Amino acid sequence: MIRMVDVSKVYDNNVTALENVNVEINQGDFVYVVGPSGAGKSTFIKLLYRELKATTGLIMIDDFDLPQLKDREVPYLRRRIGVVFQDFKLLSRLTVAENIAYAMEVIETDPEEIKQRVTQVLQEVGLADKADRFPNELSGGEQQRVAIARAIANNPHILIADEPTGNLDPNTSEEIMALLETINSKGTTVIMATHNDQLVNSHVHRLLEINNGDIVRDEKEGTYANEG
Amino acid sequence: MKASTFKRHVTDSFRSLKRNGGMSVAAIVSVTVTLLLVGIFLALIFNVNHVSREVENDVRVRVMIDQKTTKAQRSTLADELKDMSAVSTVTYSSRQQELDKVVGSYGSAFRMFGGDSNPLNDVFIVKTKTPQATEKVAKAAQKLDHVADASYGGANARNLFKATDSLRQWGLGFSVLLLLVAVFLISNTVRITILSRRTEIGIMRLVGATNSYIRWPFLLEGAWTGLFGAILPIVIVDIGYAVIYGASANTFASAGYALLSPASLLVGMDFLLAIIGIVIGAVGAAISMGRFLKI
Repeated sequence: MIRMVDVSKVYDNNVTALENVNVEINQGDFVYVVGPSGAGKSTFIKLLYRELKATTGLIMIDDFDLPQLKDREVPYLRRRIGVVFQDFKLLSRLTVAENIAYAMEVIETDPEEIKQRVTQVLQEVGLADKADRFPNELSGGEQQRVAIARAIANNPHILIADEPTGNLDPNTSEEIMALLETINSKGTTVIMATHNDQLVNSHVHRLLEINNGDIVRDEKEGTYANEG
Repeated sequence: MKASTFKRHVTDSFRSLKRNGGMSVAAIVSVTVTLLLVGIFLALIFNVNHVSREVENDVRVRVMIDQKTTKAQRSTLADELKDMSAVSTVTYSSRQQELDKVVGSYGSAFRMFGGDSNPLNDVFIVKTKTPQATEKVAKAAQKLDHVADASYGGANARNLFKATDSLRQWGLGFSVLLLLVAVFLISNTVRITILSRRTEIGIMRLVGATNSYIRWPFLLEGAWTGLFGAILPIVIVDIGYAVIYGASANTFASAGYALLSPASLLVGMDFLLAIIGIVIGAVGAAISMGRFLKI
């Protein structure tokens, strides 16, 4: 459960990125965040995993009260949230399996559990046969699957995908979208920032449109065609 | 922290040391030079303090007897000295015995001063009941007849302190300066590591690694640099001190004093040098973490 009440974010250079945003996202929702570049999508996403702090307002994620959250408590919030980016952010010196294991090792998960979970998530994302490959030996779509596998390795409640198909062709984008929907169907909240109108229109979900730092549209089954 | 986690941090920190190659070596060398000087300086200071304290605690007053004093006059002088309340014993040492001591300390070349050319005085070695009484006894003895001079350790100690005071200040200043250079170099290598591992740090933060987990490898890298830099100074100071101690033992022993034995000085000092190395390494790392590692 995510709740934002009157959230504003003003940067140090006095640019207001978000203003009085109010939104609620229930556990298990699939939500698109759309809007033109510079509208405030990235700020919205970054506030969720506490990469940024809100200037004013209340943000609750599960039982975490973000504005009140101490810096040393932030890692525990982030263990509930998986994040995927347009540029994958994989470690090139590690194999696929090692990249996924890495995310579990750094939060000191038991090695035996890591082994089991890595095998499991590799199957979930359809890369069981590429566990020992290095990222640069994979296609863009496969790399994004690895990034998704890494993001869900720690069983997060929420998966945030920031333009996950931005670097991918339409077919591969479809595959990634299907994967995100599968993950969502198991109860994980998925929040996806995107410019991909085809995906938004063909896989209809709740849609939040941000423009000029404000949520201008919040539709349960929104499409790009309605924009305007 | 789990043992496996610590092992991982150690591996990571060694990998970074290796990856930074030249910079790591430069930082280690700078720590080596710094700690070598600090080690020599510390050995010197500890010994000056030790000898000064021994001299200060010395209860002996040397009362030099005029050369023309007769046996009877000497006997009277001995009685006068024994009558002083602060005095416990009075021992006579002839000028020949005094010369023998000099020859023992400084070599047989001094034998040429034997017989009539011996410039030394007969001496009463007066032991006082407390070290504090030496000054009073020496001053009182000086006023007695047939006394050429009376000296006591306390005055020597004061002179020794005065002579080494500026040495101590300059040494301290210089050491601090070198320590700062070493800290700067270490912080620079750690900065390079932080920048080169930016993606990894970003991923660690994203998936919820704790701040201390992220910081440990960098702190260790700094600490290793300091510790490795301390190895050579420890070896050089240990060997050097043992040699100097052996060579100077005779000279000091005949004067009734001794340098700190290698066993009593070096164990503590080796430990201290290693700790200083580790601390400047960790401080260097912490400076870069504070500036470049935003958690």
